[in-house]
Amino acid sequence: MFWQVTLSILKGCGEAAELFFLTLLFSLPLGLVISFGSMSKWTPFRKLYGRQNRFLHGLARIRPISTITNTVVWIIRGTPLMLQLIIVFYGPGMWFDANPWNLFADGRMFACVLTFVVNYACYFSVIFRGGIEGVPVGQREAGQVLGMTKTQIFFKVTLLQMIKQVVPPMSNEIITLVKDTSLARIIAITEIIKAGESFMKSDGITWPLFYTAVFYLAFVGALTLLFGWIERKMDYFR
Amino acid sequence: MAILEVRNIEKHFGATRVLEDISFELERGQALAIIGSSGSGKTTLLRCLNFLETPDQGSISVEGSVIFDAADPATQKESELRKKRLHFGMVFQSFNLFPQYTALENVTLAVKLLAKERQDYKQNKNRILAEIEDEGKALLERMGLSDRADHYPHQLSGGQQQRVAIARALALHPDILCFDEPTSALDPELTGEVLKVIRSLADQKTTMIIVTHEMAFARDVADQVIFMDGGVIVEQGPAKEVIDNPKQERTRQFLSRYAEN
Ligand SMILES: Nc1ncnc2c1ncn2[C@@H]1O[C@H](COP(=O)(O)OP(=O)(O)OP(=O)(O)O)[C@@H](O)[C@H]1O
Ligand SMILES: [Mg+2]
Repeated sequence: MFWQVTLSILKGCGEAAELFFLTLLFSLPLGLVISFGSMSKWTPFRKLYGRQNRFLHGLARIRPISTITNTVVWIIRGTPLMLQLIIVFYGPGMWFDANPWNLFADGRMFACVLTFVVNYACYFSVIFRGGIEGVPVGQREAGQVLGMTKTQIFFKVTLLQMIKQVVPPMSNEIITLVKDTSLARIIAITEIIKAGESFMKSDGITWPLFYTAVFYLAFVGALTLLFGWIERKMDYFR
Repeated sequence: MAILEVRNIEKHFGATRVLEDISFELERGQALAIIGSSGSGKTTLLRCLNFLETPDQGSISVEGSVIFDAADPATQKESELRKKRLHFGMVFQSFNLFPQYTALENVTLAVKLLAKERQDYKQNKNRILAEIEDEGKALLERMGLSDRADHYPHQLSGGQQQRVAIARALALHPDILCFDEPTSALDPELTGEVLKVIRSLADQKTTMIIVTHEMAFARDVADQVIFMDGGVIVEQGPAKEVIDNPKQERTRQFLSRYAEN
């Protein structure tokens, strides 16, 4: 029985790992793009500055890109991931009588990865933004007066300082992601919890459900060691 | 001919005018001290010279050629700005050393990056890099820091960090070296070692502009002094004259506040 349960949960681990790694793979770069968007200072109406008309004058200050990005980030971070999953997966069928997810070989997983990627990208964008803005302007200015190009300043001066600042909050978020994979069961993906729970119905035993904790702990433990190692690697400077 | 000519510089931040009609000249090998109360625009002036801010009006010439003219967009091309900055070196109040590099790496980083643009870089790479290393070490030695070359900034005292920053600026051989209150962020017992280095640079006829609150130092080391107040130059002239016998009432008031302390 023990091996049967373990095997079944390991299968769930496979699903969870797929979700975890695909989410990381796509949400990290997307998060960086969103963070640039949220910091955009583009003011297309700035020529209207100083107009008599109060409305036009106000328009001059509007930064459309950062306003839109910040609103999206607010909505995504302000609603539960579980709700987002339900809307994305069941929404089209309920409201439009169409289920686009059938078009994919593994539609459930596809919808799930998509939702996770957008959700986590929003969280990551805030962390990245903190990292970028956390590098003192003096660093960039020092590079400038030394005749370095913008690219050189980014790669040789700011990037590593950014990474150092971003690693601790990122490791937190990534560890949360491990446990958030369990939300996938809401759209009937057999991840770890669902795999363990299924033995309650079929065999009337509860211990497999609690046994799943071991798998989460092992995975998070490995990640903790990894992040600890990365942080130590960058301990040589402040 | 003056190495630096600044003509009618004006700078606004939004609606506030921070610099107004700033004009002065600096001869090669001379040291110019800029004094003035807080908020008088000293930092902004140095930042304009280093193109960290763009003046709204006026022109800047180095060795007779106009490198910036607010009225002439051709002098403001982003692509050339980077090269023009190299006429000036800048030492910041807060050092701004790169924390992830050792003292020596801080000094050599920009020089190495710049060397990549040389025609003969590929052929002579090893020789060029070795020369840069040697010069970096020599500069640190001049700053009295030869035993600190492999230390990271956080392992150095404030005075040592500022001396590394001075070596870093010197490594690019600027025509004019600018200091923005180089000792203001230092404990009193550490200011001496930095001032000593700047004094020795003056003895070696380095062309410098030094924003400072150290009046005695300005009087001894600088050839010229500019007193600024409210964004304008109130008085300028030979250092000892301005500090010992100021002609303007505002300069007198400012200096007497220092005499009291
Ligand atoms: N980026 C900025 N935006 C708006 N106002 C600024 C900015 N930088 C400086 N100022 C203003 O310009 C004025 C001159 O500032 P500046 O830093 O040049 O003075 P300072 O003479 O260097 O003063 P201190 O002795 O305190 O360093 C101040 O009133 C300051 O508030
Ligand atoms: Mg200042």
